[in-house]
Amino acid sequence: MKITVNGKEEDVEVGLGLTIVDYLESKDLEPGRVVIEHNGQVVKQEEWEQIELAEDDTLEILNFVGGGE
Amino acid sequence: MSFYQEYSQFNQLDFNSFFKEVNSADVERVLGKERLTKKDFLTLLSPAASNYLEEMAQQASKLTLQHFGRTMLLYLPLYLADYCVNQCLYCGFSVKNKFERSKLDLTEIEEEAKAIAEKGIKHLLILTGESRKHSPVSYLKESVLLLKEYFPCLSIEVYPLEVAEYQELIAAGVEGLTIYQEVYDQDIYEEVHPDGPKSDYLYRLDAPERGCQAGMRQVNIGALLGLGQWREEAFFAGLHAKYLQDKYLETEVNLSVPRLRPHLGNFQPNSIVGDSQLVQILLAYRLFLPRAGLNLSTRERAELRDNLLPLGITKISAESSTEVGGYAEPQEGTNQFDISDDRDVDEISKLLDNKGYQTVFKNWHRI
Amino acid sequence: MADRLLIGDKELDSRLFTGTGKFANQNLIPETIKAARSQVVTMALRRVNFDSPQQNVINYIPEDCVLLPNTSGARTAEEAVRIARIAEAAGCGNWVKIEVVSDNKYLLPDNQETIKATEILAKEGFVVLPYVSPDLMVAKRLEEVGAAAVMPLGAPIGSNRGLKTKEMVRILIEEIELPIVVDAGIGKPSQAAEAMEMGADAVLVNTAIATAKDPVVMGDAFAAAVEAGRKAYLAGTGAVKKYASASSPLTGFLKEDQG
Repeated sequence: MKITVNGKEEDVEVGLGLTIVDYLESKDLEPGRVVIEHNGQVVKQEEWEQIELAEDDTLEILNFVGGGE
Repeated sequence: MSFYQEYSQFNQLDFNSFFKEVNSADVERVLGKERLTKKDFLTLLSPAASNYLEEMAQQASKLTLQHFGRTMLLYLPLYLADYCVNQCLYCGFSVKNKFERSKLDLTEIEEEAKAIAEKGIKHLLILTGESRKHSPVSYLKESVLLLKEYFPCLSIEVYPLEVAEYQELIAAGVEGLTIYQEVYDQDIYEEVHPDGPKSDYLYRLDAPERGCQAGMRQVNIGALLGLGQWREEAFFAGLHAKYLQDKYLETEVNLSVPRLRPHLGNFQPNSIVGDSQLVQILLAYRLFLPRAGLNLSTRERAELRDNLLPLGITKISAESSTEVGGYAEPQEGTNQFDISDDRDVDEISKLLDNKGYQTVFKNWHRI
Repeated sequence: MADRLLIGDKELDSRLFTGTGKFANQNLIPETIKAARSQVVTMALRRVNFDSPQQNVINYIPEDCVLLPNTSGARTAEEAVRIARIAEAAGCGNWVKIEVVSDNKYLLPDNQETIKATEILAKEGFVVLPYVSPDLMVAKRLEEVGAAAVMPLGAPIGSNRGLKTKEMVRILIEEIELPIVVDAGIGKPSQAAEAMEMGADAVLVNTAIATAKDPVVMGDAFAAAVEAGRKAYLAGTGAVKKYASASSPLTGFLKEDQG
């Protein structure tokens, strides 16, 4: 299935259903470190386990980095 | 939000104790500052500051030169009508004073306009007594439409109007509003304006702000010196100007320093403002509000006016008639007050030239 | 009476805001913030780079600090609003520094888009601190639309060139009721002190601290400079004699009258 992550199209294995947490694990990203926007909506970490990704979904995976002026 | 809130706040101040505590060190500290706070301004109006008039004058003169250059705007007042429904105890036009009232019709206005324009005057201040019945907004508008053919700059000094009415007159060609609170002390205000529409303190207090909201390019306010305690009155007028300046950046705010003059009737001033006091007020205004225009009318005598010029004045009137009309066919009518400087436009213009000022007849051209 | 800076619903003792960008090593951040005695700390939000995922910078910010996420990367009001909402949803609190930069050469802020974003976010209850080029009318508009402070730049971001916009910032200090936080351009503690002496309510410093040889000591130096500048402002700088008495008298006529 095709989804768009951080602006790039990507083919992912769906298997028995792919949740946001599953996807992060597949990328070796610790939850807790990132902010997720799913189809334009920010989703809270508690909901990541319940949301199954579907064809043509978009994900923005962001994190806080150093910044200032 | 109205200036009334600021007035109410400062009105609780014990002015006498404040003035008693101001010493010369305080005044010197203020004179060393770049920007003055409201408290600094009040310090300059204190008795202690009266020993520093020369230092204040040097600074005021420098600041004025810096902000306005060597220029002096010359204007002339034209009274359209002297019908008035108010009972200001200090004014010759009070409804209680019996004299034959008059009002110029459009033909007469045009004759006056021609006579004034011939003198080279471009900036005209048009005045009426306060009577919506005799001088309605429609009359003002017709007059403006006619006068703007002769004068590129028109200001009005009439009864307080609504924002929409100011807008109507601006659309017709008015760009300046002069309206004096007369006296900021609310108790005295109510005492000297016992009846008529002018007895509404708040409506008058907010009129300059309504003018700003309507889009007046210039607003000119002032306290009629002599009605209330002058230090406090000057303080409130200055605060009022600052309030307008801060809130309406697109409007040029001006202050006048009218002193009570002899007139028909027998009102006695509550506080005597001598020449020194007048100078102190002008200088405190200038130092507190470096960008504000300061007006000086022909109420003051020629010699004093000459001496006041370099202290911060930016606008003066000349050859004024304070009766209805009076330029086309001068006559002995009833004046709102007596003037003290009767030099004509040419003389004033020459005098300014001698003093190194360029006489400005108009600030801009209407397009 | 304690001299505190009130922004939104927070009372701050520190008038030095710091940023977390450009540190050689993120491990220096906590100690630097501590040395700078900052209570407001900025950071940015970025797409994760899967090849070299970075640590979440928030883990390095002391817990008692107010987090001030900026919207850097936003080129329009819309993007800035989106970033602000994401940051809030991510648990950063409701403070946001609006930074809309569509000019890639000088990195100067887009004032108009900034006003738009400020208006939208202020209505949603954010404590909005917009970063702008110092312009009086823009600042007045920001005041009207509900900004919590105005952050004029002292010089272009990261330029370390000091208070180049001093006269413009001075006008904002004089005319705007909101706190004025000088942001960007301050390269040395003396420049921070200069801004504070002039009456700025706070300064935001990042590059100059983060890129110092010793960021921790530089953080301390800036804290001291900001405190000194603030104290000098409160004390009222001494009277500079402006007038000389040699010029010809202007009020002599008054004495003639008395005589």
